[in-house]
Amino acid sequence: MKTGSSIVSSVAGIGGARDSAASISRREAWARRLPLLPAFIYVFLVTQIPFVLTIYYSFFSWNLLKPGSFRFSGLDNYIGLITDESTRIAVWNTVLLTVSVIAISVILGTGVAMLLNSEVFGKGLMRTLMIAPFLIMPTAGALIWKHTLLNPLYGLLPWLLTPFGLNRVDFVGQAPMVTVVTVEVWRWTPFMMLIILAGLQSQNPEVLEAARVDGANGFQAFRHITLPLVRPFIELGALLGSLFVVQTFDSIYVLTAGGPGEDTTNIPYRLYIVAFQGFSIGQASAIGVVAVIVTIIVATFALRTLFTIFRVEARR
Amino acid sequence: MRASMPIRSRLGWSVVGWLVVFIFFFPVLWMWLESLKTEPQAASSPPTLFFIPTLSTFQEVLSGDFPPFFINSAIASLVSTLLVLVLGLPAAYALAIRPIKRTQDILFFFISTRFLPFAASLVPLYLLARDLQLLDNILALILIYTTINLPLGVWLLRSFLLEIPNDLFEAARVDGASFRHEIFRIVVPLISPGLAATSLICLIFSWNEFFYAVNFTSSVAATTPIFLVGFISGRGLFYAKLAAAATVSSLPVLLAGWIAQKQLIRGLTMGAVK
Repeated sequence: MKTGSSIVSSVAGIGGARDSAASISRREAWARRLPLLPAFIYVFLVTQIPFVLTIYYSFFSWNLLKPGSFRFSGLDNYIGLITDESTRIAVWNTVLLTVSVIAISVILGTGVAMLLNSEVFGKGLMRTLMIAPFLIMPTAGALIWKHTLLNPLYGLLPWLLTPFGLNRVDFVGQAPMVTVVTVEVWRWTPFMMLIILAGLQSQNPEVLEAARVDGANGFQAFRHITLPLVRPFIELGALLGSLFVVQTFDSIYVLTAGGPGEDTTNIPYRLYIVAFQGFSIGQASAIGVVAVIVTIIVATFALRTLFTIFRVEARR
Repeated sequence: MRASMPIRSRLGWSVVGWLVVFIFFFPVLWMWLESLKTEPQAASSPPTLFFIPTLSTFQEVLSGDFPPFFINSAIASLVSTLLVLVLGLPAAYALAIRPIKRTQDILFFFISTRFLPFAASLVPLYLLARDLQLLDNILALILIYTTINLPLGVWLLRSFLLEIPNDLFEAARVDGASFRHEIFRIVVPLISPGLAATSLICLIFSWNEFFYAVNFTSSVAATTPIFLVGFISGRGLFYAKLAAAATVSSLPVLLAGWIAQKQLIRGLTMGAVK
């Protein structure tokens, strides 16, 4: 398998005739670099320096509400994180939320994409309506779910379920995590559908036709022809999606406020509590460092997938 | 499932498809319906299904304290989007058309910052904003949204620039065209779909952003999602108003996304899927 960087260079068309950097003059080299610098410096200043400061603060005990509390505390913040029950809960909830949302929305997204790729009536309108949940402001979507669809007294869903013997179920109170996952799946299924549909549409329909002629049934054709082709697209959707879902904050803030107790508190919500309710700068910074480590692990896989797609694209 | 599909199974699958789409679209539809009700109709038990639609709730929302929030959202997303284009286009140009040494390292650097969790830089940025008197100032949100979207913009614009045939630039250079000439006469006209895709994605992410907005603003610079969540705590049972405000808040991104569906998918995958 090609490495990520060599795929980039083959896609970018560098490394060949375009990259004669060794032979060009220094002035020319700077002229080439110049357009890049403003963006580079800007991103560097706003992301890297704060990150270094985050690492620095994570070794201090500092509460904004207690003036003069700034003092070096070594690894205390990290030890606190490891021994703190809340951290374990937040990490577990983050993993649970991310994995279930991505798994369910990939499966549903694949199903919907296949429907939209077949000869159904009104495909264009279906696709248009289908992407609405992804475009709706997440806070707005979560509020509508909570207050007008799920509210035990006035909501539509508990009322619709009463004939089935369920008396005014309080979804948010009784199944908080299921509620958060449902709302997030509602939002991310269209995202997966869009990416997977693009994959399906790049398929040559004659190959499927030939498989049918050769006696393959629908499932076999899906399993052996369609799935291998769209697999990179599914992976791309899953990994990009997980980088976003790991950061879920809006829907938790609106639906459950992390509760009841800490039942739906994930890492971002925990950070919010520690930093902006407790004003513990040192502890919040330590959470930040841990979050970065978790994300780097996820992102490494995501980038690899991205480059595989680029390679597929380049070959075409 | 090609054109040979018999009409009966075509109909069958259409019904299944429309059912699924209806379920997914229903919360949006319900939001619209609620916004057209009166307040007692919106908070009735059992829910009101048949009613005479009224626009009075919209009127109330739009003449109330909502517009300043909407304007803040518009300023934050439009200015940050413009900054992304201004900073991102030259950078993408440097990375795509006249690649320098270490191009791939720089691309990696950009994209790694996009997926750095906000936890990584939140605390220092907050302290910095506090010390610079930028808390509850729209400028802080503009700068943060530019940071969030710039890496994506660079990748996306670069993917569009790579599609421009190299000969065009060679020809322009032989004619002695300047850098500015190259950008404005060749690049900009050819990648207007790329500029559209980039603007769309920047708009979606900055317009819908909540985390920084809730922590960095309070009243003066607060954006529409802050107005919406205010319904939880302060304003009691105003479901129709909530639905109307949510409808108006969601409209710009919804319309932009619907109009530019082709650009949407390319933008969401940073140019990987065309």
